Amino acid sequence: MTRRARRTRVSRRIAGFGAVAALALSGCSPSDSGSPGGAGGDAVTGTVTVFAASSLKESFTELAGRFEKEHPGAEVAFNFSGSDSLAAGINNGAPADVFAAASAKTMKLVTDEGRTAGGPRTFVRNRLQIATAPGNPHGIRTLKDLTAPGLKVVLCDRTVPCGAAAQTALAAGGAGLTPVSYEQDVKSALTKVQLKEADAALVYGTDVHAAGDKVEGVHFPESAEAVNDYPIARLEDAPNPSAAKAFVELVTSAEGRKVLVRAGFLEP
Amino acid sequence: MTTGRQASRKAHPRTPGRGVPLALLVPALLGLAFLLVPLLALLLRAPWRSLPEQLTSPAVWEALRLSLVCATTATALSLVVGVPLAWLLARADFPGRGLVRALVTLPLVLPPVVGGVALLLALGRNGVVGQWLDAWFGITLPFTTTGVVLAETFVAMPFLVISVEGTLRAADPRYEEAATTLGASRFTAFRRVTLPLIAPGVAAGAVLAWARALGEFGATITFAGNFPGRTQTMPLAVYLALQSDPAAAIALSLVLLAVSVAVLAGLRDRWMRAV
Repeated sequence: MTRRARRTRVSRRIAGFGAVAALALSGCSPSDSGSPGGAGGDAVTGTVTVFAASSLKESFTELAGRFEKEHPGAEVAFNFSGSDSLAAGINNGAPADVFAAASAKTMKLVTDEGRTAGGPRTFVRNRLQIATAPGNPHGIRTLKDLTAPGLKVVLCDRTVPCGAAAQTALAAGGAGLTPVSYEQDVKSALTKVQLKEADAALVYGTDVHAAGDKVEGVHFPESAEAVNDYPIARLEDAPNPSAAKAFVELVTSAEGRKVLVRAGFLEP
Repeated sequence: MTTGRQASRKAHPRTPGRGVPLALLVPALLGLAFLLVPLLALLLRAPWRSLPEQLTSPAVWEALRLSLVCATTATALSLVVGVPLAWLLARADFPGRGLVRALVTLPLVLPPVVGGVALLLALGRNGVVGQWLDAWFGITLPFTTTGVVLAETFVAMPFLVISVEGTLRAADPRYEEAATTLGASRFTAFRRVTLPLIAPGVAAGAVLAWARALGEFGATITFAGNFPGRTQTMPLAVYLALQSDPAAAIALSLVLLAVSVAVLAGLRDRWMRAV
């Protein structure tokens, strides 16, 4: 119990720095973004500060361009980072309007503290794929193929989300797999395949997509057991609630979904 | 020699104020504080209560053992090729020596992760040299303990080379020359005259290289990956623990710090009395 309490204290302290950094980075302070009164039919102006998981960078940046075109006078400021540290930042009072997390677990950290306005909504999902060299030279078709002797497979470490998902999928497939390495994040797992040091890696579909033709993705049914939901929510203490609402509406709209699916995400 | 040293120590007592000018003392103490305060913070915030739990985990000992073995092997490897390289840079006259010296120190500037990628491109399964190692000898280095040693050597050896080269330049080459005039071959002169002369510099360089190798993270995780018992050294274990359990990460760092302080303090008394 004490240990747990202590741990939260440490992570809060770390998060505190994150919040300060986020403030410094976003430049203009969101409090002067001048949102008149409450939410509802107010004009959408000023800066909307969006805390979003790193994997959303590409698609959210594109959506921000559309948002600013639709709402002249409005501006989107992003803080892309790991969902855990974003959640910690919000819980420590970072002045964010919207939070988009890469897992339900990290969103729960924020909802548990009562910091979201309205419930979070799942707007996309991300599923694991097997990444192989272009042309799939080892003919990998299933999760079981990864256990072939001599095949070098890398996974993410259990401590990071893609590693946890990989373990769930492997358990579901009953595949006892010993990788050559547990990588520190999904990008370094992918790099090992791109450099042909590893024959295969379990990574997210969006990562395979982002790597273009440098890797080939193989779908496998067990990935259904380890789907990551991406929830989005407005925040209770949002400095700019009307813009927050408009941004969430754009992300969850058909138009927003189209942009996200193009980046390799799955519809919820 | 020894008595002279002791006498000179007596002549200059170390009490501040009498021998140390304020203009040196103030920045010196500031520097010391700057180095020590972060470590002190680590101690203050350490999860002392969960420390025994961390220390009894076999995974921690495995990582620690691997760290010590790899750092020591990397230091030995650095000594075997680094001391001759330092000698070459300090004593031999060849065109482009200045450039070679700059190139040797390059790994100091390179971000370690980039160093790891460079090693993959050179010695990886698909690398410039590595593909031949694989084709001819069936040797692949990434994801192996040997890979960890190589990554650490790459990052740590420049510290040794610079330190030894500096000592060589400060050492009087006439002793070496006298030995060769008296009939010793240049290698014998190096082994019997130069090496004992520069021993303190070699020891200091080896300690620097060992410490750097022990804390190596970026090149190791990039080149050798992370697998418990095979390539997961303490810094890697610390980094991954930081993702999920910051308290455990602090505890692991303390273990690494304590071991390195113990080893360095022990060595200093034993080897480096002359420094």
